[in-house]
Amino acid sequence: MADVSTLNTTAAGIDAISRGLVSGPRGRKPKRVLSRRNIMLYGALTVAALYYLLPLYVMVVTSLKGMPEVRLGNIFAPPMEITFEPWVKAWAQACTGLNCDGLSRGFWNSVRILVPSVVVSIAVASVSGYALANWRFKGAELFFSILIIGAFIPYQVMIYPIVIVLRELGIYGTLTGLVIVHTIFGMPILTLLFRNYFASLPVELFKAARIDGAGFWQIYFRIMLPMSLPIFVVAMILQVTGIWNDFLFGVVFTRPDTYPMTVQLNNIVNSVQGVKEYNVNMAATLLTGAVPLIVYFVSGRLFVRGIAAGAVKG
Amino acid sequence: MAKSVPSGRPNHLLRNLNSKIASIPMILIAVVIFLGGTLWTVVYSFTNSRLLPRFNFVGLDQYERLWASSRWMISIQNLAVYGILSLIFSLVIGFVLAALMDQKIRFENTFRTIFLYPFALSFIVTGLVWQWVLNPEFGIQGIVRSLGWESFAFDPLYNPDIVIYGILIAALWQGTGLVMCLMLAGLRGIDEDIWKAARVDGIPMWRTYIFVVIPMMRPVFITTLVLIASGIVKVYDLVVAQTSGGPGNASEVPAKYVYDYMFQAQNLGQGFAASTMMLLTIAIIIIPWAYLEFGGRKRG
Repeated sequence: MADVSTLNTTAAGIDAISRGLVSGPRGRKPKRVLSRRNIMLYGALTVAALYYLLPLYVMVVTSLKGMPEVRLGNIFAPPMEITFEPWVKAWAQACTGLNCDGLSRGFWNSVRILVPSVVVSIAVASVSGYALANWRFKGAELFFSILIIGAFIPYQVMIYPIVIVLRELGIYGTLTGLVIVHTIFGMPILTLLFRNYFASLPVELFKAARIDGAGFWQIYFRIMLPMSLPIFVVAMILQVTGIWNDFLFGVVFTRPDTYPMTVQLNNIVNSVQGVKEYNVNMAATLLTGAVPLIVYFVSGRLFVRGIAAGAVKG
Repeated sequence: MAKSVPSGRPNHLLRNLNSKIASIPMILIAVVIFLGGTLWTVVYSFTNSRLLPRFNFVGLDQYERLWASSRWMISIQNLAVYGILSLIFSLVIGFVLAALMDQKIRFENTFRTIFLYPFALSFIVTGLVWQWVLNPEFGIQGIVRSLGWESFAFDPLYNPDIVIYGILIAALWQGTGLVMCLMLAGLRGIDEDIWKAARVDGIPMWRTYIFVVIPMMRPVFITTLVLIASGIVKVYDLVVAQTSGGPGNASEVPAKYVYDYMFQAQNLGQGFAASTMMLLTIAIIIIPWAYLEFGGRKRG
């Protein structure tokens, strides 16, 4: 799954973080390959890597077995007979309550939630970050500080007031409501990300555009936006994985027929009725995890940069 | 919003107008939701709201009931055990992995990709995978037994005494990759000359790490600590997916208590009181950190 090219991009990303911190060529000439130190070092790393890989392996293996084989009992054994039926069943037939149209419904619900949420949250946050970086007005920093402190407040504290606001607006339980919720909770980290990025751009560009008579929106669309595509991609990765993986807002702010994939997955796997079909469950789990995993492996370099920017500066 | 209007110059409000208009969503979110919503919840935690919020002041009743509830006490204990252990283990495992990765190894990118990929997955997926791996019949316990050790018992998800460790294992699997990445960035920020000086002085590597490098990485440790800690208080999805709070209510956590009381038990007051306690916990973690971080920055 992780082919060489994606690994290389991941490496470049980490290097980008530490760029400027390491000077000169790194590393000494290797002396002996099989020294005691090396055996211990790679041994420890390999053991750790196995621990991290094990669940993924178990998921894949289980999802390719038939139920009789799963009941034989060894979750680590590779399938004797590979079958894709659990995947088909998870996608198109798995039941939640009375609905038996599989995870595909949750998938499409998630897509419908994801696309507008990502677009709106990034649009709002990037403009806010731009205003904070280039068009500071009195009090702006105060609001920004509240926003950043708000990032640490547990969601549970703010959820009910939001329910009331959305109910008053008549959009509680609708897609619009959920998009607003995702925009709200994406604001702190994204605004910080954009504000820091815009502030790091050379201020001369901004001044030159001002002298040429460009206004707020003109500078944003014609100078800032085209110069900041990388940070937009980072923000997108952050939001796509974050919103796709969300569970709490999905449960609180949607109705059963518009549940996102994570909620539906949990309902399928943890349902108490019927026989537990572990292979179908694992196929469903893999399907739900597939989107963020693909984002991770494809965008490795920027993914790491995103979480590093979000985490270290946060 | 009145704060953005300084007194004195009458035309000040119109200056920079576009920027102010563009910031309206941010201001609304900060003031109405983050500030207003939090205050609202705190205020209504002193009422006896049930199905709908009603302003019927009852003082500390909800808090008394909260702390008398055995389910809340279990939640708090779980959070304490889970929180302390997950802080220690994430920092230790994250740092050790980062230190190993920093030895100029080959395949660094492969290892990093492997350690970090669980972080891309949701807690729901994490919980469900580990539910399966820890399944007593088919998972680790079943396998060890089938190898001949018949009395081997490792069924954290079905044993109320150790269920929280089962959740801890899954949480560490998901989160330590991120800690490792942060630590590695910190390690790479240490000047090479420090290492050279230590080597010249003949200090063993482990002592250099403990007495020189780790103290130098204090900011990274503090940031990581705050991140992990605020994540711990919020833990919810993982428990829902892995155990649904069971067996019995042995793996309940505060976040789940809040959700259940607000949206299932129709007991809003209890939910508000419990979430205010969560807020308090976070405040205890954040305020000292914010004081150090931002108070120091102004002086420096």
